[in-house]
Amino acid sequence: MTETNSLIQIKGLRDGLLVTLDDAPWEEQRKAFLAQVDTQSAFFKGARLALDVASQVLNVHELAELRDQLSERGIFLWAVLSESPTTENTAQLLGLATRISKPRPEESRQFTVEDLGEETALFLNRTLRSGTRIEFGGHIVVLGDVNPGAEIIAEGNVIIWGRLRGMVHAGSKGNKAAVICALDLSPTQLRIADETSAALKPQQNPKPEIARINKNGKLQSEFWSLG
Amino acid sequence: MPAQVITLTSGKGGVGKTTAVANLAVALASSGSKVVCIDGDIGLRNLDVILGLENRIVYDIVDVIEGRCRLKQAMIRDKKLTDLYLIPAAQTRDKNAVSSSDMIRLVKDLRNECEYVLIDSPAGIERGFKNAIAGADRVIVVTNPEVSAVRDADRVIGILEAEGKGPASLILNRLNPTLVRNKDMLSPDDVLDLLAIDLIGIVPEDENVIVGSNRGAPVALDQKSRAGQAFRNIARRLKGETVPFIDWESQGGFWERLQRLTGRK
Repeated sequence: MTETNSLIQIKGLRDGLLVTLDDAPWEEQRKAFLAQVDTQSAFFKGARLALDVASQVLNVHELAELRDQLSERGIFLWAVLSESPTTENTAQLLGLATRISKPRPEESRQFTVEDLGEETALFLNRTLRSGTRIEFGGHIVVLGDVNPGAEIIAEGNVIIWGRLRGMVHAGSKGNKAAVICALDLSPTQLRIADETSAALKPQQNPKPEIARINKNGKLQSEFWSLG
Repeated sequence: MPAQVITLTSGKGGVGKTTAVANLAVALASSGSKVVCIDGDIGLRNLDVILGLENRIVYDIVDVIEGRCRLKQAMIRDKKLTDLYLIPAAQTRDKNAVSSSDMIRLVKDLRNECEYVLIDSPAGIERGFKNAIAGADRVIVVTNPEVSAVRDADRVIGILEAEGKGPASLILNRLNPTLVRNKDMLSPDDVLDLLAIDLIGIVPEDENVIVGSNRGAPVALDQKSRAGQAFRNIARRLKGETVPFIDWESQGGFWERLQRLTGRK
């Protein structure tokens, strides 16, 4: 246990504490961390806590459990930093921040534009509701709707098999060849690379559309046809 | 049979959560079920006023949690309905006085006391909201046919799904049939299209609701009120009955119906 304890680093930030865990088994780390909190409860009480979980893959249940346990000890968990997109999604679903004011060191980024091959896509088989923010260093495919208030930021293309009514940014790192497709393209806003379009009016009889940057450098959408 | 614990929540404030809790509680209790409602809005309590029980409060939920009284001492019995009880919120404390596990414990103790526990959630998605849903078996999201309210409801439904509290059901409150017909208000179809959850009731706009709330006599007791009828129907659906939805499109006044018949609208 003492050995695990030493793997937990605690740093003071401008507006709270940053606790860094590593890749040791989650249960062990959670217990060790809570034990440490209990021995120094006066120090931790009332703290705003950001948690860096390295590349741990955590599900909603695990994260919610820890949040509740911390809350019982008077600690407010507001952010979870992770290198795993799954864990980031989990944190976002629970309404936790996944970035703190200090940017994460560049080397911990998982994908860069260069290694953006055809394989790197994030597949989401659900409707993204208001308040959900998905950021991914590849392509994003959604089987479901993207509701107003939801945001998708992808370095590659974005395909929505459903209604797109939220905000989508494709080619977020400047890839002007990125496209956005949706069965019903009625977004609050679309962005490809540095180009932004205002909201598109919802259509009475929606048809599949594809948005891209045209030859004149303007963001444009057109109906998709089999022809 | 242990009680069913139902939390009403909305995200946005002012859509009628507290009014809905009061009316459902009254409707359930007047049909013979024992109901305990809990005001989860610590620091901004309202439910006692709407139920007309304000002047009877001795102990509140924080007193129970901090052990200053027994659970039964904080359960205020309604003046008329002997099966209706209220556990009021504390007005002089804030949301940090209660934790999720406190709520789960409280609800567990109540399960053997009654048939329904109705919890009124505060607006927002912060701690008070998390506390209110912690012990719930079922969550009902209340919204108005307004873009901002629906947007917040969508967010709340997303959080409920993530917390494993789904599937939530929906009460669409304060629908104005005339505005919908003139396409000046979102229709029930528009709202359901976006939120994609089960509808448990549509409550029409009705000024009697405000009058009832101010008098401490929820409108569900008023047999003539349309909103009261809608709340009574929701209560029956909560009990598992199949009650057809009132056709909201036919709820306009006589003159309007005549105008539509003659093709002038």
